[in-house]
Amino acid sequence: MVSGMSSAPAGVAGALRRANRWGVLEILLWILAVAAWFFLPEQHLILAEIVNFAILALSLDLILGYAGIVSLGQSAMYGVGAYAAGLFSAHVTGEPLSGLLVGGLAGAAVAFLTGFLLLRGADLTRLMVTLGVAAVFMEIANQADWLTGGADGLQGVETAPLFGLFEFDIFGRTAYAYSLGVLFVLIVVARIVLASPFGYSLRAIRDNPLRASAVGIPVNPRLIAIYTLGGAYAGIAGALFTQTQMFVSLDALSFQKSADGLMILTIGGTGYLYGGVVGALVYKLIQDVLSNLTPQYWQFWIGLLLVAFVLIGRERPRALVRAVSIRLARLFAGKAASRRVAEEKP
Amino acid sequence: MLTLLFDGVAYGMLLFVLSCGLAVTLGLMNFINLAHGAFAMAGGYVTVILTNRFGVPFLATLPIAFIATALVGALLERLLYKPMYDRSPLDQVLFSIGLVFMAVAGVDYLMGSQQQILALPEFLKGRVEIAGVGIGIYRAFLIVVCGILAIVLQLINSRTRFGSQLRASVDNRRVARGVGIRVNTVFAVTFAVGSGLAGLGGALGAEILGLDPTFPLKFMVYFLIVVSVGGTASMYGALAASILLGLADVLGKYYVPSIGGFVIYIVLVAVLVLKPQGLFARAN
Repeated sequence: MVSGMSSAPAGVAGALRRANRWGVLEILLWILAVAAWFFLPEQHLILAEIVNFAILALSLDLILGYAGIVSLGQSAMYGVGAYAAGLFSAHVTGEPLSGLLVGGLAGAAVAFLTGFLLLRGADLTRLMVTLGVAAVFMEIANQADWLTGGADGLQGVETAPLFGLFEFDIFGRTAYAYSLGVLFVLIVVARIVLASPFGYSLRAIRDNPLRASAVGIPVNPRLIAIYTLGGAYAGIAGALFTQTQMFVSLDALSFQKSADGLMILTIGGTGYLYGGVVGALVYKLIQDVLSNLTPQYWQFWIGLLLVAFVLIGRERPRALVRAVSIRLARLFAGKAASRRVAEEKP
Repeated sequence: MLTLLFDGVAYGMLLFVLSCGLAVTLGLMNFINLAHGAFAMAGGYVTVILTNRFGVPFLATLPIAFIATALVGALLERLLYKPMYDRSPLDQVLFSIGLVFMAVAGVDYLMGSQQQILALPEFLKGRVEIAGVGIGIYRAFLIVVCGILAIVLQLINSRTRFGSQLRASVDNRRVARGVGIRVNTVFAVTFAVGSGLAGLGGALGAEILGLDPTFPLKFMVYFLIVVSVGGTASMYGALAASILLGLADVLGKYYVPSIGGFVIYIVLVAVLVLKPQGLFARAN
């Protein structure tokens, strides 16, 4: 087992604690996100969508950015979470928070059961297995039209007011605030998990599975645990989508969803939790601008962007963010803070 | 029943031609090219445009489809794919997904999103009855053409100088370079031929599979199944996997439509988990 923080030398514990403090850029981002609710009332629908994409990408970041599990099948968990929340709302209750929980549990269950398939084989096998698993769920949802509505989508999803007070309106006022709150909770939970010895063991596995197992980290259980957590996050993202749109269709399980998540995470960068937020923002802005210019063909430019990104190197945007946050930290808190940011990712 | 079997085999043969290029790039060169279907689509559109708009005979468009997509493949290989050979699988996936989106949106823009209808020449239409079995002439034509292709490819791979250079380059790039094989050229030619074959497959399959801009996404999983089940030992592995997949798909959709759709995916996952090198893998 990895030694707990309490038994680590004081210097190490202190350095780790410093490395996990909230950064200036991070706090700024949240202030802007909350300010957007007050000052951009016309954009609430789009903002809610951005947050939804951000959570999907966050779920992928947990498994890819921190544990190094490549996946082309995050839509399996997203879609199952979406359908679970939709069915729960149509048949049990429209109360949103319990629906979110159901979606998260469904996503976690799918991830837990299919996670065992990922333990064998290298990246290539994992990519194909996750792709195949997502395709299986897609086909099941397509065939089981008595349950899911098949190609027509699930009808009768209604979301009750949040806390019994805030109605989900067509302008997305509640939807955005609700989604943002969920994202905040998820990020806080992810921060706690990743700052724990468990979180550090994941990074050890990502960087070198063989050495990680040599120092006594149980590699396979850890991978399944984080894959399950990622699945829960994806399921919550799907449930959130269902609740704010009050509709589920097969799109939630499509390859397109997995690809969207992966693209967004690539644009934003992996391994610092906010890649999804940054990526979703950029992705949605590009989509908005381009679909005004060329309504149906904006995907061409997204594709071009992705190709350019990979050719230039995916690490560049992340490096940019890191450089900016070091600058900012210096501005705000002098030398000690800048060392901390630099230590965050050597 | 026999007619169904026949259709399944024809469908499988078609899948083989479509995916044998991928069997080489993915299976041998270890490059995850999700954009393989885009080359097939390109070939399909070349044939449709030439026959429908310019009245070129269908049979004459087939070699043109092959050459055109092979040229595009060679060009893209030089410009874009080459720097990606040594990158991580994730990079390759992202890169080729980007290409797929560009291809889908680009074709949508140029040709519209509707399904393209290919006018087959009269002598390939219709069916004949042989010993009580109804046989579609076009499907028989497919089996003959694809069968010949499979044999030729296997002979090239196993008997010619180029085939052994390719196998050597794949097994150990550095040593192959060391003994004077021009690895880059070998890969480029292989990639171009693989793309060309996909284009030919797309042209042959435009009538049966349907051709619209989402083609690369719709059939992506099928190609990957052929490669992962077939393994990379020889062309025959991919051929056997294609025919099995074709039969399973046609028979499954006919007899058990409620589960036919996802059985093939479950088979894919099972094979990948139990035998990551494919069912017809060469012994290590």
